[in-house]
Amino acid sequence: MLAAILKPDELDIHLLIEGLYHRYGYDFRNYAPASLKRRIQHFLRTEGIATVAELQAQALSDRACAERLLLGLTVNTTAMFRDPSFYVAFRQQVVPLLRTYPFFRIWHAGCSTGQEVYSMVILLQEEGLYHRCRIYATDANDRVLQVARQGIYPYKQMQDYTQLYLKAGGQRTFSEYYTANYNNVILRPALRERVVFGEHNLVTDGSFNEFNVIICRNVLIYFNPSLQNQVHELFYNSLCKFGILGLGKQETIRFTKYETAYEDLAKAEKLYRRRN
Amino acid sequence: MSYELIVIGTSLGGLSALKTLLGALPQDFSAALAIVQHRHRESDPGLGTFLQQFTVLPVHEVEDKERIQPGHVYLAPADYHLLVEYGYFSLSVDEPVSYARPSIDVLLESASDSYNERVIGVILTGANQDGVQGLAALKARGGMTIVQDPDTAESPVLPKAAIAAVSVDAVLPLGQIAPRLMNLCTAGG
Repeated sequence: MLAAILKPDELDIHLLIEGLYHRYGYDFRNYAPASLKRRIQHFLRTEGIATVAELQAQALSDRACAERLLLGLTVNTTAMFRDPSFYVAFRQQVVPLLRTYPFFRIWHAGCSTGQEVYSMVILLQEEGLYHRCRIYATDANDRVLQVARQGIYPYKQMQDYTQLYLKAGGQRTFSEYYTANYNNVILRPALRERVVFGEHNLVTDGSFNEFNVIICRNVLIYFNPSLQNQVHELFYNSLCKFGILGLGKQETIRFTKYETAYEDLAKAEKLYRRRN
Repeated sequence: MSYELIVIGTSLGGLSALKTLLGALPQDFSAALAIVQHRHRESDPGLGTFLQQFTVLPVHEVEDKERIQPGHVYLAPADYHLLVEYGYFSLSVDEPVSYARPSIDVLLESASDSYNERVIGVILTGANQDGVQGLAALKARGGMTIVQDPDTAESPVLPKAAIAAVSVDAVLPLGQIAPRLMNLCTAGG
């Protein structure tokens, strides 16, 4: 195959990404190029660095700079009960299946600061299933996991979260789940009881258990098609027979190699069930 | 040289402008169209269904990694940025740009990165500045730039800002934009 000819600005980004991989093992080589480029440019502005070539020199010689870049290249947009219709569908379509298991495991891959994990915990608790499960919540980024483990969030977000909780079919009063303390709230410690937070990199790490449910929402959008296929292989091999896969609202299994390996459980909400 | 992709940005007043523009394009239109219409983050996916009533071209609310096909209309979904890679779309939930997600700038800049001079950027009616920077980037990459005549725009703020910031190739009344696109997309073949 002929090498692709890159434009000068593309070449600089390519060299930066290769450098990060060979110097530190940070692997962004198969990220979707357009959004990666935007985040690199954003990082240049926040650091006051003029060009990608200069960033490359700095990041490869200064580990602190590389670690800031690593954080800048990963996205952590999340909210409790984000896309409430997903949780409504989960209650209606997935909960009845989970009731048939005496015990089940959920893997929340790319859990960021934990809001969506706790949303699932609350849902399972309200459905009387929480004591039967264990949730493995993973992220590649240790800093967001520290936030997730603490379960402390800004108080000013609670109004939004309460609205989303109600739209998601919440059955109680949302404020029962947290204690307010100055500008923050801390979620009830009981919510954390059956959650294991741990570092796991979808790009480089393998399977670590067999799961009944895998949730991975708005993470794979940052990967190119070949890396998406690789991660879907990991998910497929980590799901038990008839296990459930939940993706983000505008994500789909359709454009991957695993299209035929799943059937739709709730089509609009991207809940799939492994065929066998 | 032929144009493969048309990227369109609009906010306030966009629905009726898009209706007019898309409605005038024929079934054998040869380029793909990608659209950012500013919308509320929790808006239901009714925009695609709504626009489909007025055009013979198939309308999609983009799903991640969807292939770009000629003669299809692709809408940025609510609460996601729409980005163009070569041959397919990607989505992102990165921070809003100019308070907007989806952002017109993000669509236009990524489109010109991937398609260079084979892309046409169109700015329609709108009430803020999102899209101006993207149109400038698109122009700098050699793409064709068209802006709706502010006098025919429900909200002239965005078209005026685009005309002031970029030496655009054409300023056209809404009704003449579709004929110009047809002309541009068949002329080069």
